[in-house]
Amino acid sequence: MSTIQAIPLNWYILLSAVLFVIGVLGVLYRRNAIIIFMSVELMLNAVNLLLTAFSSYRGDSAGQVFVFFIMAVAAAEVAVGLAILIVIYRNTNSTDINFLNKLKW
Amino acid sequence: MKSLILLSGLGVLTLLSEIFNFKRKIFPVVLLGLLGTIVLSAMYWNTNKHYFNDMMFFDNYAVAFTCLISFIAFAWFLLSQNYFNEETNLTDHFALILFALVGAVIMVSYQNMSMLFLGIETLSLSLYVLAGSRKNDLHSNEAALKYFLMGAFATGFLLFGIALIYGVTGSFNLQTIANYITLNSGNIPALFYTGVLLMMVGMAFKISAAPFHFWAPDVYQGSPLVITAFMATIVKTAAFAAFFRLFFTCFSTIESVWGNIIFVMAILTLAVGNITATYQESVKRMLAYSSIAHAGYMLLAILAMNKFSAGSILFYTAAYSVASITAFTVLSIIINKSNNEAIDAFNGLGKRNPFLAFAMTVAMLSLAGIPPMAGFFGKYYLFNAALQSGQTTIVLVAVLASLVGVYYYFKAIIAMYFKSGSDSSPVEVSFIHKLLLVLTLVLIFAMGLMSDFVIRLL
Repeated sequence: MSTIQAIPLNWYILLSAVLFVIGVLGVLYRRNAIIIFMSVELMLNAVNLLLTAFSSYRGDSAGQVFVFFIMAVAAAEVAVGLAILIVIYRNTNSTDINFLNKLKW
Repeated sequence: MKSLILLSGLGVLTLLSEIFNFKRKIFPVVLLGLLGTIVLSAMYWNTNKHYFNDMMFFDNYAVAFTCLISFIAFAWFLLSQNYFNEETNLTDHFALILFALVGAVIMVSYQNMSMLFLGIETLSLSLYVLAGSRKNDLHSNEAALKYFLMGAFATGFLLFGIALIYGVTGSFNLQTIANYITLNSGNIPALFYTGVLLMMVGMAFKISAAPFHFWAPDVYQGSPLVITAFMATIVKTAAFAAFFRLFFTCFSTIESVWGNIIFVMAILTLAVGNITATYQESVKRMLAYSSIAHAGYMLLAILAMNKFSAGSILFYTAAYSVASITAFTVLSIIINKSNNEAIDAFNGLGKRNPFLAFAMTVAMLSLAGIPPMAGFFGKYYLFNAALQSGQTTIVLVAVLASLVGVYYYFKAIIAMYFKSGSDSSPVEVSFIHKLLLVLTLVLIFAMGLMSDFVIRLL
């Protein structure tokens, strides 16, 4: 049985898969844009956890370097996302995405 | 590689021009820089150089697509010249566009999954901002938020796929992964296939293939027109080139796993794109659905997965982008004039400005795939590639879909020549736009003649 510090590798995979699915469901079901942001972050962090686990299991540092890339990009993404959200909040006084239905057909 | 450095340098230079106050001169500098990019990348033809420990690989495929993207960007700058004069933050726009181009070039030349991810993000992050660049327009805000949320969501899938593939193969390098597949065929864990499918979902979001297309019409319609033109041409080309590069170098040997899914996706995309486009009132939104439909045609090349695929994708994206740039140029002139993007705004254009009407007609015919325009040859080579691999069903569907396509493209032509509008004043066209339209019209006809040459390039 393959383990990292006495914890089976499968558990790591399972945990990140569960976190990822929670993130996906959050994006699909929540209506508040900030919570959707948080769900997206959860998805990205599930990926980070998975990459770190694989990297540690294989003794290969490439996976951990990739995690740094993801963290840096996620930070940039949040900066842009929150800026967009602030602009929307100024125009509609709300962060509910149900208000954003101007574009149809 | 030098082209990448030049583009990044150009981006930084535009930012500096704000500080050192040479804003007025930056437009010709950017145009020259883009021409320089084309020349610099063309010099790498047949050199097949690897960079940064195999992170990037400038083979002929990368060189050809870099040239194409830089050229479309050049045409796009000519198209959007008026737009930038109105804006106060001219340099910010320029810099964001140039950094988006850097992302696009990385996306067509990556050899490592991390570069694919960074390329996509460099491109997308700039575009999220650009889509929302009309701060007080709620449509623009909505487009930016939708684009951002869907883009980040798709990136999550892509990354999870990359992580799973890394877990199985222990590498991010495309070639190593391809070697792993050939060495372990029949003995690959399910985790790997899950990774491939997740990556496919992520990429399908980016190229807006059905059923992951729903964000595209809203984003295309809400964004400022020139940004829509950028997304419909350059982003589409780069995303598709990245998609194809990934599947061609990495996963071409396990087509049995993803072939059927892409097949269904292609049929759905063709149907949704073409049928929904028929009842659009707004030309901008119609072009958005048309771009979804064209993604469906391009999926045929991925299904074909043979030696003709790369060439036919290059030609198709080139033909599609040039025709789209023409259509968007005409549309931007019309919107400037009448502040109306509905199809009625085109009424009587045949009399108000025969040249514009002719340009729009040629663009529409090329998009519809009528000979002798470039679009026809694009479709011909694409279908031919698919037939060579025995994909008869999908080619039949694609032919039917393009017949539906003819209907909505002709709606614009009919409006221009056979309907009379309330406003019959002539439409003025600036010199730069005239120049651009002449250039693209010549290309639409000339590319048809040299199609064979382009196909043989790759």
